[in-house]
Amino acid sequence: MCEDCGCGDAEVVPVEVQQRILVQNDRVAQHNREHFFERGVLALNLMGSPGSGKTALLEATARLAGSRLRLGAVSGDLATDHDGARLRKAGIPALTITTGTACHLDARLVHDALHDFPIDGFDVFVIENVGNLVCPAIYDLGQAANVVALSVTEGEDKPLKYPAMFRAADLVLLTKVDLLPALPEVRIEAFAEALARVNPVPRILPVSSRTMEGMSQWLAWLDALRAASRAVESRPLESRPVVTHAH
Amino acid sequence: MHEYSIVQALIGLVEAEAHKRNATAVHTLRVGLGELSGVEPSLLATAYETFRECTICAGANLDLRAIPAQWACPRCKLPIVRGAPLQCTNCGGPARLVHGDELVLESIEMEVTKR
Repeated sequence: MCEDCGCGDAEVVPVEVQQRILVQNDRVAQHNREHFFERGVLALNLMGSPGSGKTALLEATARLAGSRLRLGAVSGDLATDHDGARLRKAGIPALTITTGTACHLDARLVHDALHDFPIDGFDVFVIENVGNLVCPAIYDLGQAANVVALSVTEGEDKPLKYPAMFRAADLVLLTKVDLLPALPEVRIEAFAEALARVNPVPRILPVSSRTMEGMSQWLAWLDALRAASRAVESRPLESRPVVTHAH
Repeated sequence: MHEYSIVQALIGLVEAEAHKRNATAVHTLRVGLGELSGVEPSLLATAYETFRECTICAGANLDLRAIPAQWACPRCKLPIVRGAPLQCTNCGGPARLVHGDELVLESIEMEVTKR
């Protein structure tokens, strides 16, 4: 070591970083978003508990609107291809992302899946997340909107118990409302009241994939969102969001 | 248990910063963790203990700063009482999160060689 000035000695310095820990995921998500945007595809991140009715909702959507709406999907699953197979049987081109032990999809998994699965020509592309109310909430995938499926049997307090998930929900689909006659103690208003305490713009839609109740409102919501994103596309280039797309 | 993948991302960021500055060791990481970040502080701490071995963070303390959620009306600036509906009691408009969703590497104390 230098004895005159101390150069070459070790010193401890504080370094300001102020960086989001998931910055890498955010970058890939933005890249995915540009992919969807360039192709005019509306991408949704569909989340909810295991068994909340995510796959059934998509099957019902295909039954009702499959002829006029070109639907596509990737489905996150820990171990099986069951959901993907159900979606394909329902007429929705679908690919399964097997996550192994991972409890959520991240932007990289979605990006890599899209390389094998061209999304051109879809109107609506649904990323069906792994059934889980905790982990998927914090990973941006590049979607235009978050939809959370919550079934009436799960309990009215779920939004309060999983605030990070329900805060991020652009729409909550209250599923399996055909079961309500068997559940006299369950009130739809109680779900809405809980949601309003964790989400400043709460939107909740009661639906049933069995009786198709509420499904036309769900489609109307999708159409409105598609119209809004088309309005962005038809704007002059200079007022559009900046697209910097490189592989 | 996404805390493990958060820790991997965190250590990756630290390695990049340390490499940039030719650091020889890392002493402390300061992480800001919002109440609504979706990450549990105790699980993150456990995951960090498991994963830091054999990385540049092996000898580094993880200093977690918990950030409570705070909502307020963006127009009236009125804060929302904890647990209340997220609409302004004055104008009825939707509240906005002031802080509480952070998941941020704030700073690193690292050992570098004096030039």
